[in-house]
Amino acid sequence: MFRTSERRLARWAITAPPTLFLLAFFLAPALIVVLASFQYPGEFGGLAPLADQGDGREYGLTLENYRFFASDWLFAEILLRSFLVAAASTLICLILAYPVAWLIARSPKQHRDLLVLLVILPFASNFLIRVYAWMIILGPQAAFAKLVNGLLGALGLGPVSLLFSPFAVLVGMVYVHLPFMILPLYTNLEKHDPVLLDAAQDLGADAWQRFWRVTWPLSLPGVFSGSALVFIPVLGMFAIPDILGGTRDMLIGNLIKDQFLGVRDWPFGATLSIVLTLCVLALAWLAAWAGMARRAHA
Amino acid sequence: MALLEIRDINRRFGDFEAVKDVSFAVDSGEFFTLLGPSGCGKTTILRMIAGFDLPDAGQILLDGRDLAGTPAEKRPIHTVFQSYALFPHLTVGQNVAFPLRMAKVPDTELKRRVGETLQQVHLSELADHYPHEISGGQKQRVALARGLVNRPRLLLLDEPLGALDLKLREEMQLELIKLQRDVGVTFVFVTHAQPEALALSHRIAVMNRGRIEQLDVPSRIYGFPANRFVADFIGNCNLLEARVVERRDGELRLMAAGLGEILAPASEAAGDTGVLALRPEQVRISATHEAPPFEKGGLGGIPAGAGEAGNIPLDLPLQEGGENHFPGTVRDFLYVGDVTTYQVVLDNGFELAALRPNDAPGRARFFEVGDRVTVSWDMGAGHYVPD
Repeated sequence: MFRTSERRLARWAITAPPTLFLLAFFLAPALIVVLASFQYPGEFGGLAPLADQGDGREYGLTLENYRFFASDWLFAEILLRSFLVAAASTLICLILAYPVAWLIARSPKQHRDLLVLLVILPFASNFLIRVYAWMIILGPQAAFAKLVNGLLGALGLGPVSLLFSPFAVLVGMVYVHLPFMILPLYTNLEKHDPVLLDAAQDLGADAWQRFWRVTWPLSLPGVFSGSALVFIPVLGMFAIPDILGGTRDMLIGNLIKDQFLGVRDWPFGATLSIVLTLCVLALAWLAAWAGMARRAHA
Repeated sequence: MALLEIRDINRRFGDFEAVKDVSFAVDSGEFFTLLGPSGCGKTTILRMIAGFDLPDAGQILLDGRDLAGTPAEKRPIHTVFQSYALFPHLTVGQNVAFPLRMAKVPDTELKRRVGETLQQVHLSELADHYPHEISGGQKQRVALARGLVNRPRLLLLDEPLGALDLKLREEMQLELIKLQRDVGVTFVFVTHAQPEALALSHRIAVMNRGRIEQLDVPSRIYGFPANRFVADFIGNCNLLEARVVERRDGELRLMAAGLGEILAPASEAAGDTGVLALRPEQVRISATHEAPPFEKGGLGGIPAGAGEAGNIPLDLPLQEGGENHFPGTVRDFLYVGDVTTYQVVLDNGFELAALRPNDAPGRARFFEVGDRVTVSWDMGAGHYVPD
């Protein structure tokens, strides 16, 4: 048996490395971003110094970046569009993932591991290659585009470009993030006791009621974690809109990336990041509050 | 007309015949029990009545109407599951309200009925608790309340007391009897625990290997088992291999293996070979003061399992005043508090269990291992079961 002090020491020894890692590589960069959002841009990218260098250039802290963000509706519009794309992607992922997760959870035990493996198999190949593959699939010479345009033509509608459109962006987002929705849903659904559905049926619930009264409410934790795992990455995603989107489909992720790599205005990029983070936090808080209010009411 | 009628139902799973030609009828207001070891088909029958499974052949009729085309959710039959199957995301009150919601009962009516039913199972204070916040016994009552709230024609109970500890199980048995009497709903109860079945039921169907071995009231199931399986399965029983020597008015002369000739009450059952079923509480045990007939040095000299040794009677029993008497030696005893069961090796090698209540305060037993005793029973006590 260990004495209390030894046990405490052991606990520290085990938790210290990951704590230090998170402090150094997560908290510190986050604080640097916060600081950067209040700074002036450096001449060739980077940040202007905090102290006066005596060369007549800007230095110190400023609210200029936030004022600039508020000065043009364009930024809010991009932010809003990003939220809409993220929400739509999450919803589509949920609708597509739920039956898949349910089927895996209900399949014989010896097949489940294989099916889960198939779900995560796409991760074995490079993300960019998979997104580029969609350029070919959606491209104007591909069978899919010809089929769609053929159907539209039969209805008397003009041909459309599937590639470089909001549609293509959504397809890419859903495709890439679908496994992140399937896995938590499957983990949740697999734990459901099938006797609960028997009980519901026995007490008079038809198939529809069994789903909405038992399976769905019990799967909400899986729905929430899957939605978070899809919504947040989609919100920050820039590669997919870069590759599959058109010029008018800029999302907040592209805008932030451009500030750092294109325009070289790090402080404004940092400001956009902070605004985005605050929006996500506000949304998470709202969701938690709504969930609590619902429970209290129920 | 019987409320529930089962007509020649059969159910097989692959090569396994789970239920074979089972027929029985349950009357309105009855507490009917299907009793049997695990795998005897009792749960399969329950699932077919509930509508989770369909018989391969035969009919299930409720109020004279065939249930074959009615899915489980449309049958006026509810089930209390062994694991209770309470909805973890709903409170106690919401769980009980569930069948009423499904039946689209208006809100005020729903509230009143949920309140009433919770009161009946003494759970009114726990209406707002979630299932994980209450004890096993309380969950059991929630499951009962949920099954009864919608006044089903029939309530099926699948080993509902199996998960409770002994003390709680006995309390729940009494409550179950009272509840069934109060609400007047017909119960079909499934269990493998025979004391439970004897205590609760109006009638019991004892099942084995997919068939009903005996269907009767508890006292007759216990007192007059129809065959060797029932005699052995229900309670403790001395089974004496016996052959009918003579049938007379009101009594049988049996040749019992290892015991010689004994008397037993007459039985209508035909068949000249079988067993005499003798309950330990029917066997009296009293001290003997004579010396053992075999001076071979106590227990070691007594052959074990003499019943198989050629079935030759070693000793003729004394038959005075309508009793069967045998001298023997106590080999072992099992003290369970209220009674002690003594294993007695008779001088001819045969072994009998005899039960004696510990009616003298503070005494755990009346005999020690190695004590010389006489076991006896009224010739009217045993029950002859032909093979």
